Amino acid sequence: MKPFAYVKPADVAGAVRAVSGEPGAKFLGGGTNLVDLMREGVERPDTVVDVTGLPLDTIDELPGGGLRIGALVRNGTLTADERVRARYPVLSQALLAGASAQLRNMATVGGNLLQRTRCPYFYDHAAACNKREPGGGCDALGGLNRSHAVLGVSGSCIAAHPSDMCVALAALDAVIEVESVRGTRRIPMTGFHRLPGDTPEIETELAPDELVTAVELPSAPFAARSRYRKVRDRASYAFALVSVAAALEVRDGAVTAVRLALGGVGAKPWRAHEAERILLGGPAGEESFTRAAEAELAGADVRPGNAFKVHLARATVVATLRELNTGEGTA
Amino acid sequence: MTTKYAETEQRQAAVKHVGRPVDRVDGRAKTTGEARYAAEHRHPGMAHAALVHATVARGRIESLDTEAARAVPGVIEVLTHENAPPMKPAPKRSLLNLSSLASGTTVSYLGTDEVHWNGQPVAVVVAETPEAARHAATLVRVTYRELPAVVDFAAEEPNAVQQKGSMIQPAGGDKGDAAVALAAAPVSVDLRFTTPPHHHNAIEPHATVAVWDGDHLTVHESTQHIAWLRRHLALRFGIPERAIRVLSPYVGGGFGGKYAVWAGTLLAVLAARATARPVRLALTREAVHRTVGARTPTVQRVALGADAGGDLTALIHTSVAMTSRIGGMPEGVVSPSRHLYDAATIHLRQRLVRLDLLANTSMRAPGDSVGSFALESAMDELACELGMDPVELRMRNEPARNPMDGKPFSHRMLREAYEVGAERFGWRERDPGAGSMRDGRWLVGMGVATAYHPSMVMPAAVTVRMDAGGEVVVRCALQEIGVGAATVQAQIAADELGVPLEAVRVEIGDSELPEGPGAGGSAQTASGAEGVLAACRKLKESALALARRSPDSPLRGRRLDDLEARDGGLHHGGDGETYAAILARAGRDHLEAGGRTGMLKFLARALNDRRRWVKAACGAHFCEVRVDQDTGEVRVSRWLGVFDIGRVINAKTAAAQLRGGIVMGIGMALSEASQVDPRTGRIMNPSLAEYHVPVHADVPPIDVQWLDVPDPTMPLGLLGIGEVGITGVAAAVANAVRHATGKRVADLPITLDKLL
Amino acid sequence: MRVNGAVESLDVQPWVSLLDALRDRLGVTGPKKGCDQGACGACTVLADGVRINACLALAVQYDGREITTVEGLASGEELHPLQAAFIRHDGLQCGYCTPGQLCSAVAMLAEHRAGMPSAVTERSGELTEAEIRERMSGNLCRCGAYNGIVDAIRDVAAQEAR
Repeated sequence: MKPFAYVKPADVAGAVRAVSGEPGAKFLGGGTNLVDLMREGVERPDTVVDVTGLPLDTIDELPGGGLRIGALVRNGTLTADERVRARYPVLSQALLAGASAQLRNMATVGGNLLQRTRCPYFYDHAAACNKREPGGGCDALGGLNRSHAVLGVSGSCIAAHPSDMCVALAALDAVIEVESVRGTRRIPMTGFHRLPGDTPEIETELAPDELVTAVELPSAPFAARSRYRKVRDRASYAFALVSVAAALEVRDGAVTAVRLALGGVGAKPWRAHEAERILLGGPAGEESFTRAAEAELAGADVRPGNAFKVHLARATVVATLRELNTGEGTA
Repeated sequence: MTTKYAETEQRQAAVKHVGRPVDRVDGRAKTTGEARYAAEHRHPGMAHAALVHATVARGRIESLDTEAARAVPGVIEVLTHENAPPMKPAPKRSLLNLSSLASGTTVSYLGTDEVHWNGQPVAVVVAETPEAARHAATLVRVTYRELPAVVDFAAEEPNAVQQKGSMIQPAGGDKGDAAVALAAAPVSVDLRFTTPPHHHNAIEPHATVAVWDGDHLTVHESTQHIAWLRRHLALRFGIPERAIRVLSPYVGGGFGGKYAVWAGTLLAVLAARATARPVRLALTREAVHRTVGARTPTVQRVALGADAGGDLTALIHTSVAMTSRIGGMPEGVVSPSRHLYDAATIHLRQRLVRLDLLANTSMRAPGDSVGSFALESAMDELACELGMDPVELRMRNEPARNPMDGKPFSHRMLREAYEVGAERFGWRERDPGAGSMRDGRWLVGMGVATAYHPSMVMPAAVTVRMDAGGEVVVRCALQEIGVGAATVQAQIAADELGVPLEAVRVEIGDSELPEGPGAGGSAQTASGAEGVLAACRKLKESALALARRSPDSPLRGRRLDDLEARDGGLHHGGDGETYAAILARAGRDHLEAGGRTGMLKFLARALNDRRRWVKAACGAHFCEVRVDQDTGEVRVSRWLGVFDIGRVINAKTAAAQLRGGIVMGIGMALSEASQVDPRTGRIMNPSLAEYHVPVHADVPPIDVQWLDVPDPTMPLGLLGIGEVGITGVAAAVANAVRHATGKRVADLPITLDKLL
Repeated sequence: MRVNGAVESLDVQPWVSLLDALRDRLGVTGPKKGCDQGACGACTVLADGVRINACLALAVQYDGREITTVEGLASGEELHPLQAAFIRHDGLQCGYCTPGQLCSAVAMLAEHRAGMPSAVTERSGELTEAEIRERMSGNLCRCGAYNGIVDAIRDVAAQEAR
């Protein structure tokens, strides 16, 4: 990897000062994505600001029943937190479905939010990639695109967002707290990631000098009945072809609360607002689940390699909602 | 183990080591981190090399800018075709010198501005640290004049040409008129199959540490063939073989990928010579994919005709595979169809396309693994058409002699394997209806397929030395790629000499040792065994000759064939003498014996053997899969393999080899494929994150059994077990998926999108 | 940094990974390099008892930490129970993934004892075969010694439970 300066500030103020006015600086958390990309030469920071010494590694209660998760809480720690497992099982399950135990022990919540795509053309310097080199073109469009996104894509990028955690956070209406020398601000999770449009290299609303300090989960009692279902090419340790984060509350056969988000199919973690709109207040059942899934996927923009994802996503949404509705098949 | 096996074990357990589940002799070294692999050898002043890969499939290098790379602190040299010392060309392939097959490609690396595949090394950076080398390699700027390249295997299929066969490897054959018979058959199937390229992906990436001392070269290497590598390096660098020492005591997996000599090895040696420094070149995972050949993709047609009772009247199996313009091995894709079924007519053809891709190479059971997928899937489909049990269909068509030429089988107990397997697996509980078995959201299916892999023996030179204290050292340059090479030969030597296993030490992995066979073709154990048996016999003869000189010896007047080697000596009934006593009386501190087979003698014997027999390991796979009703995810939930593999030397390592083959077969069935961009010829998943080998969660408990009946024509009666395990596996999975879902997936891997 | 109980003072550039620092600078070659991308688990070591992929860790980030590699599992000549069980159950072939499997298994048992869940965790909390397989899925074995590895871990877990 390209040589870089390394600093390890002890507090948040020091960390954000270290990147202020330094466009070549990057925050480093667990390193599971950034170190890999640096070794591949995709990321080439001049300065690496190691934030793992910052006191942002606690999970705290919020007034009203939510949780505030420090940005440096390791994914593994988060999966095991009893409050998360009881109140937001979808989040614990999403994290456990991702990567391996070793990687979860390293990866931080903040880093996971900023995880970059697995598009093979993004990784390969011999290929054209607008995300890696803006304006360079996109070899995935007419290439091997089985793993690519079908929702929210553009003519310049069809890369899928790879995170499992983010899909659960999108479903849970999480809020991202960020800090810079200009102060603190809060960004709703559903607005945190950007669609590629003409600028696929810009992936989030985060300014280059802003540090993610925490993720807040608002109180969501119905989320106690939530589930993450991940479909992939092997039984474990693989990125999602399709994943579904869902929470469902049904009373007297009618949907009284629902949250739905999709992974593996979106250019960003995909909150299925349209499907939720159709489901809410209507009957809970195979027919409505299918209709909702189809409506959400109606706008899919597919290529030969990834057209199957529309069918797979529909089937996975329906199956996940069915399980939540009937309580079956939690294994 | 079957009952038969268990009895054998009990009877022999008291004195014999062969057949027992002995722990690996290197288990401790491998579990404590003590075992050192190629890249882990350090030499004073050692520099580190990294490769720069071409980014076009075919062309000429127009310009090379190495300035930025040279400016990286620690960079010693950037070698390109403009400044690298020359290497001699790769030798022409000849069956009289099998080591000529060691060339991975025919390319003169850094000796030409020509680019022959997307990924070919075009520069090597040598630096003081691996980090500097790797970073500098990213800064080398190369421009190319691109030339038209043929890289799309699927698109080239119509241009395939008939493969030329040889006596060793026929490329086709006919028995009767299969086309006519197929047309007339009352029941038939005609299917087209495709298999993608597969990469070995041994967990240890290829690595070389090259050290020149004048014109003497030492190479620490991860290789499956020490002797070939040494001979090849001698040819390419113009030095005598005796000036080269190859050390390869531990190989972190091979599977065929470390059999030939690939660019990294040659370039490490070249870089060491050019920089006058010891050089380590440990390939990155990406570089393994870009510079080490893979298994060819295939397109196959299998058409089967049968009468209403299920007797095969026609078997047609044709294939298209690839080689490269710069090398590659034509695979015997239709090979299983030469041996498995007693069809009245047979038509076999292999065709090839030549591509501007990296040369293909052998990977675990070349030909048989992919060929068995097609043939055994088609047999299953025919069983469906006939409404017949697929085991019954196979048994109905089990041949008494080799179907193509009527030669006798040296050994074939496939029928017994199926009988044992069907009983143990509970095959009769299978409801034959597609989609008839369920478990919650899972559709359950059960499938079978036949495993088959030819057996052979290669020459091996072995010496055995015994000292007065009873310590035995067996020496042969075998390769330990995970099969337990030293362990099994120690067991064989211990039994043959009648000494305790602990008394035997086996030295392997060093070209200074007597020349061994390669670790390939499932032949290393049998080949080594033949050498060990011969050397041990000579040693016993020497001991007996010494004993007979003494009037006091109870062995006086005895012939070796009358004696039993046990308890550390030679015995005849109650009479006998220990080796220690014989040596002591003769005033000798040791005995040593050994021998080697010349290549011509070996070839003559091999050809003669081939004329007389068809010999192979075979087996029956039984598997159960679960397919998610909504998503099409496939999980293998149960596996049984019953094998006819002749005598088993070590019940523990043999089971491991067979299971390992099945695990790799499960990967082949469900998830493995190298993805080549058809526009550029570039492999787009050169990583373990995106090339999906099976993980723990993909692999159920695998029950392996063997019949344990020695083959009369092989050393110790063993048939070789490294490859037979993978053959038939993908078909067994596909057949189980067919049973679970009613869908015949003929294109590997069986990913869920093919089941939606 | 402490490596297997010994204090190691090391001056490395910040772009040197923990894995390369161990293997190339300290000569601790038990941790293996299989992919250098966090995709195989061969480099698994324990950092203060927690399993991590040393290839994706920068050595500087682990300043002052306690690193345990496969070389640190045995007590002198006495093998760690898992090492002995791997040999007994033949949970290895070529041996290259073995150090990573072993370190991973040591930490995995500790994680399970500490109540950390996995993707297949049932309420009972029992360490079933499915649990072991899921929890060990970050360690690839291309030789396919998975059955032996799982048997070895089950054996040791059962010994511990007694």
